[in-house]
Parts: sequence; C-alpha cells; structure tokens
Amino acid sequence: MTSTDSLVKEVVHIEVNGVVRAETVEPRMLLVHFLRDRLGLTGTHIGCDTSQCGACTVLLDGEAVKSCTLFAVQANGRKITTVEGLAERDTLHPVQQAFHEKHGLQCGYCTPGFIMSTVSLLDKNPRPNDEEILAGLEGNICRCTGYVNIVSAVKAAADTMAAGDGRDSS
Amino acid sequence: MIARDRVHGIRQDEEETLSTQRYSGSSIRRLEDRRLITGRGHYVDDIAIANLAYAEIVRSPFAHARVVSIDVEEALSAPGVIAVLTAADVLPHIHASMPVIECGISDRHQTPTQYPIAEHEAVYEGEPLAVVVAENRYAAADAAALVAIDLDPLPAVVDLDAAIEPGAPTVHDGAADNIGWDVHFPPSGDIDAAFAEAAVVIKERIVQQRVCAASIECRVVLADYNDELTVWHSSQMPHFNRLYVSEALGLPESKVRFISPDVGGAFGSKMGPYAEDYLIPIASKLVGRPVKWTETRSENLATTSHGRGQVFDVEAAASAEGKLLALRVHQLADIGAYFGRTGANPVISVHLSGGCYDWPMIEARSIGVLTNKMWTGPYRGAGRPEATHLAERVMNLLAEKLDMDPVELRRRNFIREFPHKNHFGFTYDSGDYETTLDKALELANYAGLRRQQQEAREQGRYIGIGIGSYVEIAGFGPSKMTAANQDEIGLTESAVVRVHPSGSVSVFAGTHSHGQGHATAFAQIAADALGVSIDKVLVKEGDTANTPFGHGTYGSRSVPVGGMAVYTACQKVVDKGRRLAAHLLRVSVDDVEFQDGTYVARSTGVAKQIGEIAFAAYNRNLPDGMEQGLEAVAFFDPPNFTWPFGTHICVVEVDPDTGVTSILRYLAVDDCGNVINPMIVEGQIHGGVLQGVAQALLEDVVYDPESGQRAGGTFLDYLVPTINEMVPTEVYHTVTPTPSNSLGVKGVGEAGTIASSIAVINAVCDALKPFGIHHIDMPASPQRIWLALHDAPAATAAKEPVPVG
Repeated sequence: MTSTDSLVKEVVHIEVNGVVRAETVEPRMLLVHFLRDRLGLTGTHIGCDTSQCGACTVLLDGEAVKSCTLFAVQANGRKITTVEGLAERDTLHPVQQAFHEKHGLQCGYCTPGFIMSTVSLLDKNPRPNDEEILAGLEGNICRCTGYVNIVSAVKAAADTMAAGDGRDSS
Repeated sequence: MIARDRVHGIRQDEEETLSTQRYSGSSIRRLEDRRLITGRGHYVDDIAIANLAYAEIVRSPFAHARVVSIDVEEALSAPGVIAVLTAADVLPHIHASMPVIECGISDRHQTPTQYPIAEHEAVYEGEPLAVVVAENRYAAADAAALVAIDLDPLPAVVDLDAAIEPGAPTVHDGAADNIGWDVHFPPSGDIDAAFAEAAVVIKERIVQQRVCAASIECRVVLADYNDELTVWHSSQMPHFNRLYVSEALGLPESKVRFISPDVGGAFGSKMGPYAEDYLIPIASKLVGRPVKWTETRSENLATTSHGRGQVFDVEAAASAEGKLLALRVHQLADIGAYFGRTGANPVISVHLSGGCYDWPMIEARSIGVLTNKMWTGPYRGAGRPEATHLAERVMNLLAEKLDMDPVELRRRNFIREFPHKNHFGFTYDSGDYETTLDKALELANYAGLRRQQQEAREQGRYIGIGIGSYVEIAGFGPSKMTAANQDEIGLTESAVVRVHPSGSVSVFAGTHSHGQGHATAFAQIAADALGVSIDKVLVKEGDTANTPFGHGTYGSRSVPVGGMAVYTACQKVVDKGRRLAAHLLRVSVDDVEFQDGTYVARSTGVAKQIGEIAFAAYNRNLPDGMEQGLEAVAFFDPPNFTWPFGTHICVVEVDPDTGVTSILRYLAVDDCGNVINPMIVEGQIHGGVLQGVAQALLEDVVYDPESGQRAGGTFLDYLVPTINEMVPTEVYHTVTPTPSNSLGVKGVGEAGTIASSIAVINAVCDALKPFGIHHIDMPASPQRIWLALHDAPAATAAKEPVPVG
C-alpha cells in the first residue's frame, strides 16, 4: 500500500465523451489531472497553472471551462467533452478542419483549448463578428500564431457550420 | 507525373502553381496537423509508462545565498515519498560540469563552473537545491514544501552598471569580479576625428529588457534509467543534449537515447541541456524507476532561459548631407549567474549593429556581465532583434537631428553591393534592401500616412509611423566560421533519406520541429527531389535512436541547413538510382536522365519509375560492386550563413492622456529567399511579429534591484499577448535567393521578430515627437509613456497643450 491511500477520497461519476466514468479521487484532484492522468485523455493540456492560458479548456455540459480551475469532484454527475470527443471517427469537427485549413496552429499545444473554446463560442453565437471572436477567445493564449490565422479559422468554421452540413469529411 | 487528386490539402487556386513548381512553393496544408487537432499529439507530459514516479524540484527562493543545511527527514516521511535527493546524493553521479559552447567570441574572462544542483552556494532565484521523488504529482508537491532549507542570504548583484564597478559584490562568492567577457572591436580609421568633424552626432542609451520565451508547453523531462538510459524531454536539440548528458553521467552515447516528441513551442528556450536533463535521469537511476518532472509556469518564467537583457550606449555621426560617418557601440550583456550553454552569444548584437547600412567605421566594446539572475540565452532572433533595434533607432535619431525624413536617410546609406563584408568579418550573401523598403512604403502609402499624421496632430491626436529595415544572420552556420577555434562547434545538419522497396520514402532529420512544420516542408523538398507523391513521404525527427546526429532547430537554420541535408541526401539516392537504372535499362550511366521520378534512357526512350528502381535495389541482382538498398545519409555544412532582410512599417496612435499605444496598421515585407511553403512562412511572420510587438509594448522580467528576486511570476503579471493584442499583419515578400545553397532558401523562423520591436518603438517615438520626446525604451507601457510625457522637457513647447498631470 502506498501511504497516499490513507487520504480522504470520493467516488465521482462523470460522463466523459459519452462514456460514464466512475473513479475514486482525492477531493483536491484537479479536473485536468483527472482527465489526463486518470483517464489518459492527454489532448487536454496544461500551460500555466493559474487559469490564464486556456490550454486546458474542455466543455462542461456544453460550456467551455478551464479544467485546471475545477476539481474533479465538481464535475460529478455532469458531462465533459474533450478534444478527443469532437471528431466522429475519421470525420473532423468543422472547427478542427478549419484550424487545419487556415493554418491556425503551429506547435499545436494550445490548439485543443482554442478548438474547445471555439466550439463553445459558435454554439452560443453561430455568426460572431470580429469583436465577438476576440471576446470569445480572450481566455486562451497562443504563443506561435499571432492569432491571425486562428481568427480566420473561427470564421471559416462558422461558415462551414452555417452552410448546414455541420461536418466536413476529409 | 503525380496524380493531382492525390495531393492532400492543396487549395484549388494553387493548382496552377503546382503544375510548374510541384510541391515547393505551394501552401500544402500541414501533414502533422491531424494528430494535434484531434488531441492525439504526444508531448512529453502525455507519456505515461509503467511504475512511473514524479519529481518536484526544491529551489532557492533567494538570488544569492549560502546553503547552511537542508533537512529532508520530514519530507521523506510524508505520504507517497520515495526519495529526497540533495547535492550530496546527486553530484557523485555527475562527471562533467554543464557545457558552455563558444558562441560569438572565444576569449571569455571567466566561466563559472555550473553543476545541475547547488551544493554550498545558490546564485540565482530558482536554482535547484533538492529533488523530491514521489508516487504522484500531488505527493511530490506536498513533500517539497516539507524540505527544510536553511539559507544565509548574500548580497545580490542585479544592476549591470553597478556590477562592473571596482569592488562590487560578486555573483559567485570569492570571484575577482563580475566580468564574463570584455572584448574591444577597434575602428578601421580615426573615429575620434570622424566624430569631431561630423555635422550631427547623437548619443543614446538603448535598453533591451529581459523577456521570457514563454512557450505554452513548459519544459518536461521523463527519464528511464535501465540497461540503457532513455530520456524524453521537450527540446529543440535532442542529439546535442544526449552528447553532453551522456558524457556527464559517464555513459556511452550509444546507450543513451534522447527523444523529443511533439514540442509545444520553444523560441530558443528549449536548447539545453538544463539542470533537470541531468537531475531526472539521476533520480531514475537512484530510485530504480522511471521518473517524470513537469515544469510549472512559475518555474518556467523563473528558470527557463531568458532572452535579450542587453544595454547599449551608442554614439553615431553623420554629415550634413545625411551620409553616415561613424558608429560607436558599447554593450553590457546581462549573462545571469552562469553562461547557460551558448557562451558570448549576445555579441551577435554587436556584429550586426551596423544594420543594413554602409558605415565607414564602427568601434564596439562588448562586456558580458555576470548577475545573480537566471541566465540569458537565445530567444527568437537572438542578437538580431537587439542589433536591428539599435541600428534603426540610431537612424531615426540621426534623421531627427538632420531634420530629414528617416526614409531618405536610409536610402542614402543602404549597402548596395553584394557580397558585402561587414566590419566584423561577416559576408552578407545577397540583398536588395531598398526594394523591400520601396515596396513597404508603396503598400503602406507612406506619403498618405504622413498627411494623415499631420491632420491628426492638428486635431490633437498623436499618430506615429515607424520603419524597421533589417538584415539578419540565419542558417547557422558554416563550420569554417562557427568552429574556427578549437572549442567551438560546427553547426552542420543531417538527414537520412530511405526509399523503401515499395517506393515510399522515409526522411530522418537531425533538426527538430517545434511548430515550424518540418514534416510538411521537408516532405515537399524530398517529394520534389525524388519525384514522388508527397503522401508517400514521412518525415521523422527528434529521436536519437533513428535520426543522424544533428544540431537541432534554432537560428532559422532548419530549411537552409537541414532542408539542404534532406535535398543532398535525395541527390545521392537519385545518383545511385541512376547507376542502377542504367544497369537495368542496359545503357550507360551518362545516357540516363532523371526527371519527376522517372529515369529515361535518352538513346532508347525506355523509362523506369523510381519505385521500380527501389524494388530492384533491394530485390534484384545488382551490378558488380553495387550494394543493396536505396538510401543515403547527408551532412550539410553551408559555405556561409544566410542573410534574410526586409522592411516593416508600423503605424500607432498614442493616447497622451493615458499613455496607451494602439497599433493602427502593421505591414511586413520580408525576403527569405526562395519559399518552400508560403502558408508556413506567413504563419512564422505573424507569430514573430507579435512576439516583437509584445517586447515593445508588454513584456518585462522585473528583478527587484535590491534582493534580485523577481516581481511576479505567473501569466497574471508576465504579459504574454492575448488575442486582444493581435496585430493583423499584412505580409508581403520579395525574393532574392541565396547563392549559398541549391534551394536558394535563407530561413524565416525569426524574421518576424527582428524588425517588429523597432518598427513599433520608432512609431511610438514618432508619435511623441511633438512633445519633445526623442527616445523611449521597452516595454513602452502606458505608465512609461505617461511618465515620459509628464517629464518631457519640451512638453510645454508642443504644438498642442500637453494634457498630462
């Protein structure tokens, strides 16, 4: 037995990407560590530890949240979508496709967070103007792209999704 | 020919381009994107292997202190703790100090010996003192807080001017002084006379503040010390790190494997080796388990190498007609407590301090100053942004004094003949500086902007127009220069190109992409050179087990040096294929022509595809003396550096009430020679420009002048630009191929950063000119501008009432 077993633990039931996961966690375990270390969903990244960078953004009941700022126990009984849950097998989500088409990523580390924030933004506002795009993504930091192509990607994704087919095969 | 519909991701409007240029020159969508946008990339922290333990580093909170004692007992008894290691445990396993590579100059005054962990004296805030290894991240962090460190603070050396005063306290206890190097570059003529006879002379102190690279992925190390040592680390140069870490650990290089998988940005900060690249392998050795360490952002801002940190006192002289006469540069470079790995690298700033201009003489002195701070190292541009900032500030200060348009002063002094040997022994390969300036002026409608500025001033609005023309040094670098002295290193690059029996192609390169898109750009080069479809090419980098020794990715070298290695290896493959084709086609080698993947016998017209040749190379009866297989390794050592150049124009408005600067327009005309992938090049410019703009307006590593501890230490106070600070850069190019390599490519990874800080600052100074403000340092924060306006000597003489105070 490792001595950490003596710490208080709680059982959580969290639906992640459509599958209910029952796990025993320390109450202080961050949601991002639950996703990454416990479930192996490493597409959600950590970039700052202080909730500025948004690399850890996931959807909680459809709303973009920073998973480094929530405890796993706070997601108990709720639904999480991570970047791994967006594509349907070989078919990319239109937001993913748009980031690829518009070169909206370089090193790719912040990208899952941007994609999840964009999915949430377009869900609430399918036709955001420039100002609304900036406001929607101001909680995510990218150090590579200068953001120019990220904004292009958001617009392209909005166009594709508004065109109706929702998902574009590639 | 390639079936067009098999080419992945090419836009319809680029089809025409492709038909003549094939892949190179086309905006092929990146081949490495899919895993990154689906969350299936592999960054080091994503890797979990069986029985993994986690490390936390206990660090010095002081800039300078004597280590009295470290008590690990309470931490050792904490839940989940496996080991707590201090210098006494670690140092017996280290057989060599951390390397310092000669860069810039070879005669350093002193080189403090660095080991990865402090034993008796800690010399910068964040220096490792102990390593806690535990069952999980949380247990390790908990126990780290229980390590009882007793430190006796010593005076901290922070300010550069004070540090070089005789009798100043020293960074390292017992050292004679704080001088790391002191090099004088004498002028080529009587410079005192030139200054004495000049019509105008300017004198200014120009400060390059310290900044953080702040890649969004911090550094991570995972080490598994077994029969062989495997180290996963987030790095730009795995081969280089293996070389030095294996030596220090007393292991044969062959039994050490360094893997750098997907890397979440670096910008020069992930070169290494760093302390943790030694500590984590030793921790794994001592606990007998794989161990992972993941840097926090606070650690990253404290102990991942900082950039810039240079102070220039500059004097310049010009004739009344605007002819440059003489330049005198005095540099103080903030080394930090140790040299880091790259020696006197800041001297590059001096080497390029003349900018694009034909100075009759330059005199320079560079002093490297040790301080009780994190060491500085290369950060995107590494010397060229500093040089360009200096050169272009000087041009504007002289123009102002001459009452001449800064554009006109540039025109009268551009270097126009190439190759051009500069005052420091470097040879600029090719260039056409005035054309990039003219193009930028025309696209920006410079005359219109000046009218707009005048109208705005009449309305009490302060618009400024800033120009940054630059020439930079890239494609590091020719061994004959980088390894001219015995202790230096030749910066060649390598590639293996393997054509499989089925005709598909693997490329293994010694560089390592961390966002630059090598998997796409190198595939474009290889597919063109071999005449195969790009979807048959896979590029691999970052694993010392399957790539040839390379120096890695930095210094805008990956395409001009690494890409040339790929190209050269392809040529070797093609040549062998030609000999085999001649054998199979029963003609002489001279009769065989290779084009677009096909070997044709001119005499008979009979042809064989490279795929057929590849199958034969492994499976058929070969001519006498020919070995099986179709692959080649190439090491490319460039004949010269490459010298990209360009002009950036920035238009700002400064609000004199608040000191807030808004960028109204940003336009870049860059010349990086031939372009392999225009989409990737444009992306590099976008990102680079924002990094330079961020240095100009936002970013600053602030050390307390007394304690040497940093003020702040998270993204809450270190202002990396967000999407609200986006600069919608208009990106244009001219194309002047380099004569130094067959591809004609110069490199572009750093170009965006090089002219951008000065384009912004020249614009800010131009906006503030009516207030009598001639110069402002970075970051030109609202506070700094407001204070400058408040104190401006000519404030009351300004055309408009000065709305400050």
